[in-house]
Amino acid sequence: MSDMSNDPKGGFIARFKALPTDSIPKTIFVAVAVCLVASMIVSVAAVSLRPVQEANKLLDKQKNILQVAGLYEDGMNVAEAFSQFEPRVVEIETGTYTDVVDATTFDDIGAASDPTMSVELDDDPAGIGRQSKYATVYLLKDDAGNLDKVILPIYGYGLWSTLYGFIALEENGNDIYGLQFYDHAETPGLGGEVDNPRWKTQWSGKKLRDDQGDLKITVSKTTATGQEAHHVDALAGATLTSVGVDNLVRFWMGQQGFAPYLENLAGGNV
Amino acid sequence: MAQKTKELLVDPLVDNNPITLQVLGICSALAVTSSLQVAFVMTLAVTAVTGLSSFFISTLRNHIPSSIRIIVQMVIIASLVILVDQILKAYAFQISKTLSVFVGLIITNCIVMGRAEAFAMKNPPVASLIDGIGNGLGYGLILMLVGVIRELFGSGSLFGVTILQTVNNGGWYVPNGLLLLPPSAFFVIGLLIWAFRSWKPEQVEAREYKIQSVEAH
Repeated sequence: MSDMSNDPKGGFIARFKALPTDSIPKTIFVAVAVCLVASMIVSVAAVSLRPVQEANKLLDKQKNILQVAGLYEDGMNVAEAFSQFEPRVVEIETGTYTDVVDATTFDDIGAASDPTMSVELDDDPAGIGRQSKYATVYLLKDDAGNLDKVILPIYGYGLWSTLYGFIALEENGNDIYGLQFYDHAETPGLGGEVDNPRWKTQWSGKKLRDDQGDLKITVSKTTATGQEAHHVDALAGATLTSVGVDNLVRFWMGQQGFAPYLENLAGGNV
Repeated sequence: MAQKTKELLVDPLVDNNPITLQVLGICSALAVTSSLQVAFVMTLAVTAVTGLSSFFISTLRNHIPSSIRIIVQMVIIASLVILVDQILKAYAFQISKTLSVFVGLIITNCIVMGRAEAFAMKNPPVASLIDGIGNGLGYGLILMLVGVIRELFGSGSLFGVTILQTVNNGGWYVPNGLLLLPPSAFFVIGLLIWAFRSWKPEQVEAREYKIQSVEAH
């Protein structure tokens, strides 16, 4: 070691370069240096690209709202078309509109992890842990100003991941127009088939509740006679994803979810 | 040198193709070939990662202690993959959604590790870069071939442009649904390997055993 430390030309790095490659100090030095440089590159990329990625996510969410409402066409100006919707914030418990938060900027998913904005769920079939007290809904009105469709956010746990999506309901709050997930990480080809257009079209025209007002919508392999209007076929090879979708739709359409709001909507109270 | 550079680039396309000869990287080849656009982006991603990781590993090759060399290679490869993933998320959001986990899984693609260990650790940086790009393109060539077959006969289109009008859209072509499912890529790749080895018999591996005849005794 002494001959190297006496070398007048050798700097710190040069001394390490001169060490035998397999020596312990060199091994540790290489490991630390590679990790430092790699983590710096990765963090710089992640931080500097985040604004673009966030903008993409927002655009994608708006596009999915348009799609679930059946308004999306290839090549359209998404932000402009999205302005047809009127975002409103609903207080889940009472099912009424509220102005405590700004509907255009309110972050439903973020609010679910904020203790002041959310409640912890004891009965949690959708596997979401905490539920936000508020949710943003999107109202689509016709030219005369009457409500045409309402788009509600839904999410819950499937097999590997939380599925985030929207359900579009007709103005009576009972007939489903469409359902679509915009973010999930289920197995491509199996649970990932929740994105399959042929599976998604099944939702169209189904009814959430029967004439008695009981929540009947299910995703299952078999259908009971007389229940066809409330039944969506489960995905083949994706039992757990299908169960997850069943749970999350029933959760969000049930009393803990949007049921109070939908009652108000049907009764003309909001 | 010029001749050798060309060989490094062209050799992995047919003569030493990572998929058909070395039979590496099959997993992602099954997953991302149902549409050409996705296969094309995957090709670019894998080529970039293989080329750059070979380059950086080769630059450091004289200073990588052999006891931790695989981990050092993995760190370099993984960082590049994350970089590619972040860039895709920022500038090709829809495609990155379709590719989902498969971009991340480039880390475990045997081709990348294979080139790092077999070539980049023993050769200078520029040659390694070209070797990596060549292998990425060789992988991509097969990906694109499989993609053409699967997309054309599975959905009647190429790069999303309708070629064969399908029955669902009021045309005449009844698409082969099997081609949209991952197992079909196995069949197509198997047939491609057969075709390549009929064309170039020297690619056929020597038999490891021979059934002995006892009748002569």
